Amino acid sequence: MATAESSPGFRSRGTDVGSFPVVVALLVAAAVFLVVGSLRSATFAQLTVQGLALGAVYGSLALALVLVYRATRVINFAQGELAMATTYIAWQLVQWGLSYWEAFFARLGIAFVHGLVLEVVLIRPVLHRSAIAAVIVTVGLFILVDGVVNWLWGGGFRALPPPFGTKIYHIGSVAIARLYVGMIVVVLVSVVLVWVLFRFTKLGLGMRAAALRPAEAALVGVRVDRMLAIGWGLATVLGAVAGLMAAPSQYILDPTLMQPILVYAFAAAVLGGLESPTGAVVGGLIIGVTLNLIVQYVPAITSELQLPFAFAVLIIVLLIKPSGLFGHREVRRV
Amino acid sequence: MTALLELEDVEARYGPVHVLHGISLAVEEGSVVAVLGPNGAGKTTTLRAVSGTVRRSGSIRFAGRALNRLGPDGVARLGVAHVPEGRGTFSELTVAENLRLGAYTRRGSIQPELERVFSYFPWLAERRRQQAGTLSGGEQQMLALARAFVLRPRLLMVDEPSLGLAPVLVAELFRIVRELNEREGLTVLVVEQNAHLALQAADACYVLEAGRVVLAGTSEELQADDSVRRSYLGY
Repeated sequence: MATAESSPGFRSRGTDVGSFPVVVALLVAAAVFLVVGSLRSATFAQLTVQGLALGAVYGSLALALVLVYRATRVINFAQGELAMATTYIAWQLVQWGLSYWEAFFARLGIAFVHGLVLEVVLIRPVLHRSAIAAVIVTVGLFILVDGVVNWLWGGGFRALPPPFGTKIYHIGSVAIARLYVGMIVVVLVSVVLVWVLFRFTKLGLGMRAAALRPAEAALVGVRVDRMLAIGWGLATVLGAVAGLMAAPSQYILDPTLMQPILVYAFAAAVLGGLESPTGAVVGGLIIGVTLNLIVQYVPAITSELQLPFAFAVLIIVLLIKPSGLFGHREVRRV
Repeated sequence: MTALLELEDVEARYGPVHVLHGISLAVEEGSVVAVLGPNGAGKTTTLRAVSGTVRRSGSIRFAGRALNRLGPDGVARLGVAHVPEGRGTFSELTVAENLRLGAYTRRGSIQPELERVFSYFPWLAERRRQQAGTLSGGEQQMLALARAFVLRPRLLMVDEPSLGLAPVLVAELFRIVRELNEREGLTVLVVEQNAHLALQAADACYVLEAGRVVLAGTSEELQADDSVRRSYLGY
């Protein structure tokens, strides 16, 4: 019988779980550190919450990068610019009389169609030729989106209404802007929705199958091209969430809004493991909090050094553990 | 003719390399048909031509419908399950997810299909949550077969199921294929290098060499054929 053939050690030969407990332990330690620090210092608490909010934005853009990477093995350099364009379109919708939240949801719909069309029109034709070609297309897209936004809306002072008001909560001596709480909640809700879609729906299963093994997925009747396009659409929606959540903390819309955030998102995605959606979000939070605290407490690192610091993280992770915190090397049994 | 699957003068190529030079074969509804032949004869490509994973020309008809213009997902939607060489298991997904994928084109609840599959592969039920990549080679091949069967296909195509498996497992595998054929009326087209097994399990056989059908007949006829005996059965 088939069952008799399985060796007792079959579990241990499967996925690489070696570093997972270590990673979890480190994360728990970091969380304890943050909580203790926050209880002892109001500044620390405020910086931590702000860092989590910014980190949530990095995380959702990182998640967009990871989704695209998993689906089509392409790093979408235009992900940040697409998100930036989102904020301008939202601004335009608000000018036309929509409320912030109407514009927000309308924008998510538009972003989905955007991503879908981009995949079909620009990425799909070059995808099977070479991965480099697709990457170059995304770089071109970066420049194109940037140019178009500057051309349509460039110059002048534009601002989105504050989505969560300007209220500030006071807990003891800690002051927390409602904006930051709102950012964290919105990003987490969208991440959970994406997770539910992938984990529990047939569409999500088809998308995962199409991303993992396109040839085999087609053999069971999955429409692979359609799934990949939907994947791009979804990623663009997550990017849009990141853009719309990033914009209010800057007050003024700016075409370069997402450029530093894209670097942080890259760092987050690589830190978490380019293959891992969980890793992207956790990586984003880690980068956000670390950057925010380090600038305050390490005098040598000034805010000008935030970007280089993120780059340093990226390079160190690639050198030491290219699979990131949550990625696992693929172990296949023959 | 009541053949479920009919290939006429099918040609296929990978880039400039011609692999099939006009294959014609027929698979009767309810039968088990084996395709034999040495490495590079075009056995795998024949299956791939049917499922649309290779460029092909010539006439391929399934249940009276031309398949030529359909891609793999379209062919699958008509009820052709293809278990490719190397199993095509989604090793990163769980056993249950693999089975759900098998029924991807079906609507509504697949619980009855799952129950049915578990009656043939009882051990799968306990391993539902296990990652498919952690199964042994033999178990993965069984899972691939089970996944194909969840689709409730009209035609099951299996490519080299014996590849890399212990003889005991291969025998078990062919027993299950035969059982599915007899009890469920499943039509099977199997590619196999192990001629012994294939001739025992199949009703009819085609022998391929260099992209052409060189011999065809019922299993009894082929078993009695001297050249088949010498080249493939080795006695």
